[in-house]
Amino acid sequence: MRHYFTIFSQEVRALLYSPSTYIASVFFLAVMGFVFASILDEYNRAAQETPPAVVFFQYFWFPVFFMVPLLTMKSFAEERRQGTLETLLTAPVSTAEVVLGKFSAAYLFYLLLWGSTIGFHYILHLYARDERLLDSGPLVGGYLFIAVSGLLFVSIGVLSSALTRSQAVAGILCFTLLLGLIGGINYLGDLSALNTGAMQPAKAAVESLSIPRHVEDFTHGVVDTRQVFFYLTGSTLALIFSILGVEAKILHS
Amino acid sequence: MADTPDITIEVSHLVKSYGSLTAVNDLNFTVRRGEIVGLLGPNGAGKSTTMRILTGYLPATSGSVRICGHPVASRSELTKRHVGYMPENNPLPEDMRVSEYLWFRGRLKEMPRARLRARIDEVLELCDLKRNRHRILGRLSKGNKQRVGIAEAILSEPAVIIMDEPTIGLDPHQIIIVRDLIASLRGRMSVIISSHILPEIEATCDRVLIINSGRIVAQGSPAELRHQIFGHVSYHVELSGDTAALASRLPAIEPSLKISALGDPGPDGFCSVTLMTSAGQDLGEQILHALPPLGYRIRALSRTEPSLEDVFLAATRRSWDARLPDQPALRGDSRAPLPKV
Repeated sequence: MRHYFTIFSQEVRALLYSPSTYIASVFFLAVMGFVFASILDEYNRAAQETPPAVVFFQYFWFPVFFMVPLLTMKSFAEERRQGTLETLLTAPVSTAEVVLGKFSAAYLFYLLLWGSTIGFHYILHLYARDERLLDSGPLVGGYLFIAVSGLLFVSIGVLSSALTRSQAVAGILCFTLLLGLIGGINYLGDLSALNTGAMQPAKAAVESLSIPRHVEDFTHGVVDTRQVFFYLTGSTLALIFSILGVEAKILHS
Repeated sequence: MADTPDITIEVSHLVKSYGSLTAVNDLNFTVRRGEIVGLLGPNGAGKSTTMRILTGYLPATSGSVRICGHPVASRSELTKRHVGYMPENNPLPEDMRVSEYLWFRGRLKEMPRARLRARIDEVLELCDLKRNRHRILGRLSKGNKQRVGIAEAILSEPAVIIMDEPTIGLDPHQIIIVRDLIASLRGRMSVIISSHILPEIEATCDRVLIINSGRIVAQGSPAELRHQIFGHVSYHVELSGDTAALASRLPAIEPSLKISALGDPGPDGFCSVTLMTSAGQDLGEQILHALPPLGYRIRALSRTEPSLEDVFLAATRRSWDARLPDQPALRGDSRAPLPKV
């Protein structure tokens, strides 16, 4: 693992030097600010039962669908297109170190982007002068969910980038996989076909995998180890497949 | 590296096939420390594949490759430390600066920071890149990029340097610079380069391997190859006199001397004759001495040696013509018609 930090710092530096990082961050903050402002607008019109932080995190999928593919699609596809993957892998590094280094850099950036949205809650608290609006419970739970689920989302992005040499294909593949994971499983849980008695176990299984439900649990302070386990194993699996994907692509090149 | 063994690369019975296509077919060769070896072959002969297997990037289908005594297949993390590799077309990350890139590569190659800092200055000086050290790789000219690739390959002072077409797309001036750079590595590191440019290989390499369809069809120093492939030397003479009787008088000079081509006499009575001999020594003086007493007037005499290009064409053509699986690589009787020399 001695090369992990070399690759990680190299990736972080590449992110910091690239103007697209800053453009993406600005747009991310603009979109999330817009979401946050429209939530507050809703609160302005009618009294709500839940704190705004809970509602805010229910929109987590919106930036995930766009930011994760944008952040990760470059990682392997670009290296493969430029041919630098060959020089990288002929240095004394293992594929696992390369995959982990690239994954960590993208994940760190994902966390930083989300971390910057803490400012929204702070500004709201500052101007509304209402203690209830900076409710630490849902905030901690919500950001914990972002951190844990981000592992899976970013690793899926790395996996789709490892499978192709075109950034566009990597981005679309990542978007589709995330849509299937977040929207597809949620949709399956709502199917009426699963409502019959015999299908109850299947329904329970699908429902426990529904990511929007996980958000609700986390923001209400319920940290279910089964859910944490789901994200950890899922991301480990995606990273292992990425390593295999990079190596298999070389074998059949 | 002080602990470098005498034989740095050992390839035996190397086979690589992509599905039904066999790119490398039973390749055997060794490279000694400090030797510069050129890999020659037409497109698709298996040069790049061989190099990629040597670096540990591609796995071989069968056979074994040892770098500094370690097998590449099972100890690739060890062998990669001994190899500096510049792939074909020299891919570089476009958005890094020269010194940043070398720093990153040096760290990947496990060089300690203090050593790396001094070594980067050294290779930049060696490759004449000092003025460009802060420039962005994507904006460098092709020649400078190529030199960055070479600087990167020699950065960690590996025992083996592998360069796939290091001079492709360079202008003649830059080719000379790169060639000198490669020649300066002689004696310290084993270098394998592949190239299409034959004079280039001839100028830099101690030994040439000619590969065709994944097999070595000839190997040796350029001079040995000439002798191996052609086995004869030609003399080009311009003379006037009784050319009809010339053939019968030649064996007196040297038994193997024959006329291979006879031109028509020009208006001034001189015609050009090409003589061929398999004798090793230079017959120039003997010809000059022996012919005038016999009534011939000689105007010009030159000795022509086949160029490496002719050797290459003959070697690869022969292997195209007679590609039998277990035929020894060099057999006089299986030769295809030789090119005119």
